[in-house]
Amino acid sequence: MNNEGVDKSKRQFLTSALTVVGAVGTGYLAVPFLSQMQPSVKAMAAGAPVDVDISKMEPGQLIRVAWRGKPVWILNRTSDVLETLKALDGKLRDPLSEESKQPESSKNPVRSIKPEIFVAVGLCTHLGCSPTFRPEIAPSDLGEDWKGGFFCPCHGSWFDLAGRVFQGVPAPTNLEIPPYRYVTDTLLIIGEESTTEKSA
Amino acid sequence: MKMNRFAECGNWVLDRFPVTKFWNEHMAHYYAPKNFNFWYFFGSLALLVLVNQFITGILLTMNYKPDAKLAFDSVEYIMRDVSWGWLVRYMHSTGASAFFIVIYLHMFRGIMYGSFKKPRELIWIFGMLLFVCLMAEAFMGYLLPWGQMSYWGAQVIISLFSAIPVIGDDLSLWVRGDYVVSDATLNRFFAFHVIAVPLALVMLVFMHIVALHEFGSNNPDGIEIKDSKDPWGHPVDGIPLHPYYTVKDIVGVAVFLIFFATVIFYMPEMGGYFLEHANFIPADPMKTPEHIAPVWYFTPFYAILRAIPDKFAGVIGMGGAIVVLFLLPWLDRNPVRSIRYRGGVYKKALALFVISFLVLGYLGTQPATPSATIVARIFTAIYFGFFLLMPIYTRWEKTKPLPKQLTDQLELEDQLPVLIATLDEMTELKPTTSEIGDPAFRSNFFNRRPNAEGILNVVSRLAKKVIGSLD
Repeated sequence: MNNEGVDKSKRQFLTSALTVVGAVGTGYLAVPFLSQMQPSVKAMAAGAPVDVDISKMEPGQLIRVAWRGKPVWILNRTSDVLETLKALDGKLRDPLSEESKQPESSKNPVRSIKPEIFVAVGLCTHLGCSPTFRPEIAPSDLGEDWKGGFFCPCHGSWFDLAGRVFQGVPAPTNLEIPPYRYVTDTLLIIGEESTTEKSA
Repeated sequence: MKMNRFAECGNWVLDRFPVTKFWNEHMAHYYAPKNFNFWYFFGSLALLVLVNQFITGILLTMNYKPDAKLAFDSVEYIMRDVSWGWLVRYMHSTGASAFFIVIYLHMFRGIMYGSFKKPRELIWIFGMLLFVCLMAEAFMGYLLPWGQMSYWGAQVIISLFSAIPVIGDDLSLWVRGDYVVSDATLNRFFAFHVIAVPLALVMLVFMHIVALHEFGSNNPDGIEIKDSKDPWGHPVDGIPLHPYYTVKDIVGVAVFLIFFATVIFYMPEMGGYFLEHANFIPADPMKTPEHIAPVWYFTPFYAILRAIPDKFAGVIGMGGAIVVLFLLPWLDRNPVRSIRYRGGVYKKALALFVISFLVLGYLGTQPATPSATIVARIFTAIYFGFFLLMPIYTRWEKTKPLPKQLTDQLELEDQLPVLIATLDEMTELKPTTSEIGDPAFRSNFFNRRPNAEGILNVVSRLAKKVIGSLD
């Protein structure tokens, strides 16, 4: 039996030590608990490249394919459209795609490997809605300034037909361009980057 | 002799478990101000709706399948094939909207009568935490039917996290559990919606009420009833919660249930506001609906998000619109609680705030046209102005003298003759072709038609009265 009274500093030390040990233990346990919510191995493995045959595409036509669960657009642009794109630079936030996400081969004003064929992830860089394809010029609901492009119905972001974002809208950057390459002239693989060929 | 055995058993339990003590402390001997009005129904109604959501929610989980391939069909299965499944599902979906109606009115009551002021700041904070949890609960619940609006709504809201610099992208990936909203997201939202958030809600309701019962309720006069007590130590202006307010609240419950049942049975989709039309189409990750809007209770905040032409600033604005509500007890520098004794500046500011909240709520349901965006920006400025300028304008506010005790207000019964006179003024007797019939019947409401001049008079008097009351 100890009759010397309470050693408060020892008690304080033990309390602190136990608190620290407990906190470290909780920290270790938090790792598996929080990691549990990360994408699983299966989710990470999904997302094989997708083949797209573009031989039957009409000029001005847009087709949608699913890649990694996301919509990917392939748009066959006419020469008129490519002409219009050049005049828009002043109204765009990032006309040269300096701050936007795209493979090196698509980092040019029209944002594609071949100028006519435009490939992009069809999700707005603002909050991930899929913008609507509005190729018509100056429709009544979008006004005189609309030269054809992609309009996000969720928050009103404007993109031109090269997926470049306009100024004064919520979206911060241009639409993302996925890695893709041409196997033949009319067959695209989305999800694989061209290593040898540079932009045509 | 049998009764005695029962009584003994009862006492045996009561000795070991203090039910009576709890009942007296919080119900029978808990004194509440005697002047609670219409606005004080919404606390108990919120509790009622919470119970409704729990019961119907548990029943729904018995048939719902949290799987991206099965979810949509399982909801339709509940609607068509499960006995009374449609009723349970509509009670749950209507309950969600009813919850927000009740909570918004409950919060407005708190702002109007200064219930958040010292010493009740924590009641307000717990209440705000409840509000945030409720929003999370509603948002995650809305994903579960796996319709188009479920999918794209979740896509947008989860993308909000990605606006946070540096950690944003990893954070939204962690929330989704996949690179897009998918089965993984649906499954975890089910877990949060059914277990995690409801538990948090129950704990917060407990804390909200514990904090409330520490100081007791505020009231429409905004003065402390404990300041004047009778010789037995009870507040002169207080009445026990039970039976007085339990009975009063039953009236509120009955009226509420009339409205609730009307919606459930006659307009469960509420014209696309409670259940959006696009949500009757299964989720399609390839295509966003033409017009996407959140359910009505999120639209004011959604309009703020859309009004700001910058991704990160927009998210900050949206979050900030909720954060400023948390700060209310410290933004309002005026010690006078009730709107009845506050100055004209505050009344006008509060009126502007209510208008801005309603306009933003409307704009959030509409497509983002350029002119709508400009209007949304103006009202966003007013919304934040109400809160952020509050430390300034509440200081040079001219308040009225506070009463020592609760004041008497006109009751509905006293107002009836005036109301009937007003109705008479606004209508006139239809000219009848025949003189047959009971004159008393001929003068009743159904034989009258609107009188333009009378209506104009009444409206102009009402307008003058409203403007006058803002001083």
